Amino acid sequence: MQELVVISGKGGTGKTTLLAAFASLAHNKVLCDADVDAADLHLILDPKIRQRHDFQSGHTAEINPEACTRCGLCRELCRFDAIGENFQVDPISCEGCGVCYYFCPENAIAFPLNTCGEWYVSDTRFGPMAHARLGIAEENSGKLVTLIRQQGKERAQRDGLDLLLTDGPPGVGCPVIASLGGATAVLIVAEPSVSGLHDMERVAQLAAGFNIPAMVCINKFDINPEQGKAIEAYAEKKNIAVMGRIPFDPMFTKAMVMGKTLFEYNGRSEGSDAVRSIWEKVAQRLDDMERKNSQ
Amino acid sequence: MIISVASGKGGTGKTTIATNLACSYEGSVQFLDCDVEEPNAHLFIRPDIHDVETIRTPVPEVDMEKCTLCGKCSEICQFNAIAVLGETVLPFPELCHSCGGCMAVCPEKAITETGRELGIIERGSRKGMAFIHGKLRIGEAMAPPLIRKVRENIRPDVLTIIDAPPGTSCPVIASMKGADFVLLVTEPTPFGLYDLKLALGAVKLLGIPCGLVINRSDIGDDHVRAYAEAEKVPVLMEITFARKIAEAYSRGEMPVETDDHWKAMFRELYSRIAAIVQTPIEKTG
Amino acid sequence: MKIAISSRGKDLDSPIDPRFGRAPYLIIVDTDSLEFEAVDNGANMNAFKGAGIQAAAAVSKKGAKALLTGHCGPKAFQALEAAQIKVANDVSGTVRDAVAAYNEGNVSFSDNPNTDAHW
Repeated sequence: MQELVVISGKGGTGKTTLLAAFASLAHNKVLCDADVDAADLHLILDPKIRQRHDFQSGHTAEINPEACTRCGLCRELCRFDAIGENFQVDPISCEGCGVCYYFCPENAIAFPLNTCGEWYVSDTRFGPMAHARLGIAEENSGKLVTLIRQQGKERAQRDGLDLLLTDGPPGVGCPVIASLGGATAVLIVAEPSVSGLHDMERVAQLAAGFNIPAMVCINKFDINPEQGKAIEAYAEKKNIAVMGRIPFDPMFTKAMVMGKTLFEYNGRSEGSDAVRSIWEKVAQRLDDMERKNSQ
Repeated sequence: MIISVASGKGGTGKTTIATNLACSYEGSVQFLDCDVEEPNAHLFIRPDIHDVETIRTPVPEVDMEKCTLCGKCSEICQFNAIAVLGETVLPFPELCHSCGGCMAVCPEKAITETGRELGIIERGSRKGMAFIHGKLRIGEAMAPPLIRKVRENIRPDVLTIIDAPPGTSCPVIASMKGADFVLLVTEPTPFGLYDLKLALGAVKLLGIPCGLVINRSDIGDDHVRAYAEAEKVPVLMEITFARKIAEAYSRGEMPVETDDHWKAMFRELYSRIAAIVQTPIEKTG
Repeated sequence: MKIAISSRGKDLDSPIDPRFGRAPYLIIVDTDSLEFEAVDNGANMNAFKGAGIQAAAAVSKKGAKALLTGHCGPKAFQALEAAQIKVANDVSGTVRDAVAAYNEGNVSFSDNPNTDAHW
């Protein structure tokens, strides 16, 4: 089984819109929304939830005021300033390290497991989908990303599907790292701006650190062709395959507003032609990798 | 006053709003880019950087001469960052959350701390504006401790504008906590609305007053406006889509620097925020 | 000598689980007598990070000198190396098959992890 992870470094470059468009083109795949912080893919794919599970992860300290003697040891030991003068734990600051719980001489601190979101396995009009909703202000989104990808893989194995199409999170931190380990390839969706180039370089370095082959495509290329070419030049220098250019096209937003993929909305615009050609190249590349691997 | 500019969804124009707001302000202002995973504000503000500091977080180091292999350190660690393996104790620094538990629990005082590099903080200035940003080391997973270090630079006597990362999880909370006002930047599309709801949930959790900027206000639909009204979140500014602005942004230009109309718009935005912050209101959440 | 094998079940006829850190059981077998003990690795199966490290610590605690498994990631490998436990990757079949292969000298020990870090 192969997994293509679509990432961007910078947010809002059109990653999810592009992935939804790929969903209408690719065959035999499972979809995976690994941008658990701000999961948007379901807004287009309208999944019918078949399985719903709590996501439990990490612990938060809780002080029992009746047993607490206010000795102050926990406040002294806590490195996250999570225990206030009133000996109440601020759950947002609590890191879940358990140091207070371990050391409290009165055993006045409980350390329960957190339920911090839900994850789902669903059916969509384009195939099965694994996705999640992370509670607001929760940690451990990396763990949830790992879990979603595992679930996607298991579903693919069960149904005999051979591709996982994963919508990755923005940035280069914990959730992105969690979305990359073990992936077959990444497609970076860049935008032609000074920020787009800067962020693309950082996320490309991250993928290189994981030894994952990277491809790049540039969305809204005509907004700044010069920056677009700079991104392509950087990509070539770093052995990142350039998959194509997508022109700025209001169609993308219109399709999103209607809850449709680009091809469901209008398969014959300049933008959709570009996306189709990019997908063909990406699919070809994945095929080549598979062939090389089995030799 | 601390204004944190956040967005939920990425790419809605958060950095554009934050940088133009800071540059249009007439008094003393400092700018903190807390989007340490992908910091961009420097590309627009173009500060002269005058100092660079490497930021480390403490991780354990074990003195095997003193260690008796009792295993208490690995027992207390919630993150599997230290393990007893045969005749040795091995720390895994990249998994460590720097809580100090292993060091505190070690009966032999065999554990001391060394540093794992989180990234760098660069400080600079431009035209009297103080500029500070953090850059997470590529491969480093934990952004919040670096964000907290960037925030240690806040001077209470001047206006502070914080550019927050996208999303709603721990790095965003670390960038909004303690702010006097959160400015949420969104776009009127289904993605924009969905992510705005999450971001607003986070702001309410922290009990911080907030307002909305609707960027590219003429694309998409009216659901964001309706939602703002229902939630009683004031819409403080709307910016229509203009290709010219998108192109200027792509070159790293700030409209307030060349366009008096924009300058006036952003000063107006600041006065609206100041008016809200100075009016005592009931905190929600 | 004792060796460890990552397993889907609790006895010698269980299939090998190719995962090390997230295998449900670790079977510790005495290669001479075939006496064995099944270590429940269930708590680790759901661990976020460091499952392989914990599994390595468990194997080390039981006194095993070698591990036969399918895939071993870099952190687990580093941990096993520190505990002076040799690692054979890409072993398949049942636990019993693996012990027999080991006794016949038909497993090769590796100097490197053979899978990427899993988060």
